[in-house]
Amino acid sequence: MTIPVRPARTPAEDAIAATLQARLAVAAGQGGLEGRLGELSADALEAFRAHGLPNRRVEEWKYTDLRAAVRDFPPLAGTPGPAQEAEAAALALDVPHAARLLFVSGALARGASDFAGLPAGVSALPLDAATASNNPLLDRIGSLQPDRYDGALALNTGFLGEGLVVTVEAGIKAAKPVHLAHVFPAGEAVAGFTRTVVVVGEGAELTLVESFTGREGVAYQANHAMELVVGDGATVNLVRLQEEGAAALHLGTLMVELGRAAKLNVFSLVQGAALSRHSVYGRFQGTGTNLGVRGATLLKGRQHADTSMFIDHAVAGCESRELFKTVLSDESHGVFQGKIVVRRDAQKTDGRMMSQSLLLSDNAEMDNKPELEIFADDVQCGHGATVGTLDDKMLFYLRSRGLPLKEAERLLIQAFVGEAVEFVEDEALREVLIARMVAWLEKRAA
Amino acid sequence: MRQRHGVDARHKAGHDGFQNDAGLGPAALTFPPGPAVAHQRTPHMLEIKNLHARIGDNEILKGLDLTIPAGEVHAIMGPNGSGKSTLSYVLSGKPDYEVTEGTATFNGQDILALAPEERAAAGVFLAFQYPIEIPGVANMQFLRAAMNAQKKARGEEEISTPDFLKLVRAKAPDLGITQDMLRRGVNVGFSGGEKKRNEILQMALLEPKLCILDETDSGLDIDALKVVAQGVNALRAPDRAMLVITHYQRLLDHIVPDVVHVMHKGRIVRSGGAELALELEESGYAAYGQDAA
Repeated sequence: MTIPVRPARTPAEDAIAATLQARLAVAAGQGGLEGRLGELSADALEAFRAHGLPNRRVEEWKYTDLRAAVRDFPPLAGTPGPAQEAEAAALALDVPHAARLLFVSGALARGASDFAGLPAGVSALPLDAATASNNPLLDRIGSLQPDRYDGALALNTGFLGEGLVVTVEAGIKAAKPVHLAHVFPAGEAVAGFTRTVVVVGEGAELTLVESFTGREGVAYQANHAMELVVGDGATVNLVRLQEEGAAALHLGTLMVELGRAAKLNVFSLVQGAALSRHSVYGRFQGTGTNLGVRGATLLKGRQHADTSMFIDHAVAGCESRELFKTVLSDESHGVFQGKIVVRRDAQKTDGRMMSQSLLLSDNAEMDNKPELEIFADDVQCGHGATVGTLDDKMLFYLRSRGLPLKEAERLLIQAFVGEAVEFVEDEALREVLIARMVAWLEKRAA
Repeated sequence: MRQRHGVDARHKAGHDGFQNDAGLGPAALTFPPGPAVAHQRTPHMLEIKNLHARIGDNEILKGLDLTIPAGEVHAIMGPNGSGKSTLSYVLSGKPDYEVTEGTATFNGQDILALAPEERAAAGVFLAFQYPIEIPGVANMQFLRAAMNAQKKARGEEEISTPDFLKLVRAKAPDLGITQDMLRRGVNVGFSGGEKKRNEILQMALLEPKLCILDETDSGLDIDALKVVAQGVNALRAPDRAMLVITHYQRLLDHIVPDVVHVMHKGRIVRSGGAELALELEESGYAAYGQDAA
């Protein structure tokens, strides 16, 4: 007889389970959360009861022990008032010429969202409206979730309710970017959960920006998941900026499915939160697809940031590129995990994964865990991980020309992360990202 | 052959040196405490006394004395391993070197106490023997950042973008620096000659008071050498001193020095006029305990 060994639940886990339970009960009483959302939530609660928060005994969470880190669970955020919406709008990332839809503490702020400004051929439907009208797109929710239990995603699914279903009609080239801004304004610490489903039709093109910002010093918990379906021959550029307040917890999950000859170019800039995790699940459903996932992470103080990727090459002739740059100062801790699975039929797969990190302090830590699982015999796959410090010779060269040490360091760090940022094709967006990095670097140099 | 500056020129240069000091602004003008330095109005731009320096446990400079008045070009020749490059690094402040004894003053200021960037702002420039490649930092961006950092340190106003571009456009073509080379990462993909020319471009833009050229001729063919020498000669000025470090006499045909020093085992062992370089070319360094290279 085997008895599953797991430690007693932590107070935070108890609070989460109780909140989930209560929410489901209330919802059932009100006739809400029926159908798909209700089922998914109930399943998630059950899974959470069995597994709890992920911890270091779970291989995928070895370096990011959520059970140890999450001490309590703040109340769920209520509906934001006009003052909060106004503050959130001011705190949100400014992306020029984009249609912005705003979430405040995990709830869609309808009045402060520019639904009318969405480009032609792009629609965004709030999750509750989709539920009310029994929209068939709801079936997409949960369809891309991984087989293995992912505690962060389970929580997101458990608290399903707020979010959007975004669709781009086939053949449409969206005329401007769509910006999903997630903001936690000042106030009591709260928890917020959002889910976005994006379905991009055949041959369509979309540039999507996701930003996460919030008040410094508030220990809020943000949990966001996106399910992105890139149709055959469609192209999506996804830019993600995580600049949560320094006391926040950020859990993000991106699940993507790529159709035949689809192209997805993801860039993720991480600078915020006390602890953050970004999990990327990529699945190739059609041949000739191209997936690029790149990012830069800049950490200071005692920040902890984890980027974990699971790329599944299920079909032949697909290309994936991953490049992550991590800059660690003070006592910060960076984690990169990247797993590429090449299944037996996925011949001619071309996969390259690279994680490079720069340690600016003796007390910073970087953990890299690249993994390749290859079952096909005609593939090109490679991975690499480097950990280094700033080059003394370069620093001296710059200083000998009059650049103060901090400024010389800034130039070299910028050059280091620049190698990843240059893959952002949209120039205006690239400028926005570079400006955020420069702000980080200047703060550090000050 | 270029005429040596007479005594008059030296005095004038010394005077200029102080004028320049005054122009450096408060940041660079902090004379070190101690009446000996503050009151000594030396006509020498660079004055090195009994300099000892080491890297790790290895002492390389062993009591080096050298003075260079403003307006003069001094060459240092010597066999491999005599400490020529070490001298250039110690003067420009490379962190790996430790000065254990002696002094080095630049316009009366103790430069050994300054950080590399402070030395640069005060007017010290090292043209590297092996210029470093810096991927991701555009040459143009670097040149402008360096120029403005020095101006800022001296309390001067930063240069505007149009003025900067005008300046670069005026100086780059003579050195064969193309627009493409300005856009690329610093020295990235440059040939040996292009790297050296890029060093001289930096020198021309930054207008230092003391130019140290470390084996600038190494790896250059004769045409490239001429371009570099022309660039250097164009910068000769009464208020500027140059220290040209070389192993071979060849460079000194094109950059004619006022004084030639022979360095051996970390010290200057002989000094003379330009003709000394020719003599060394004939006899090699055998007289200094080393086979001709």
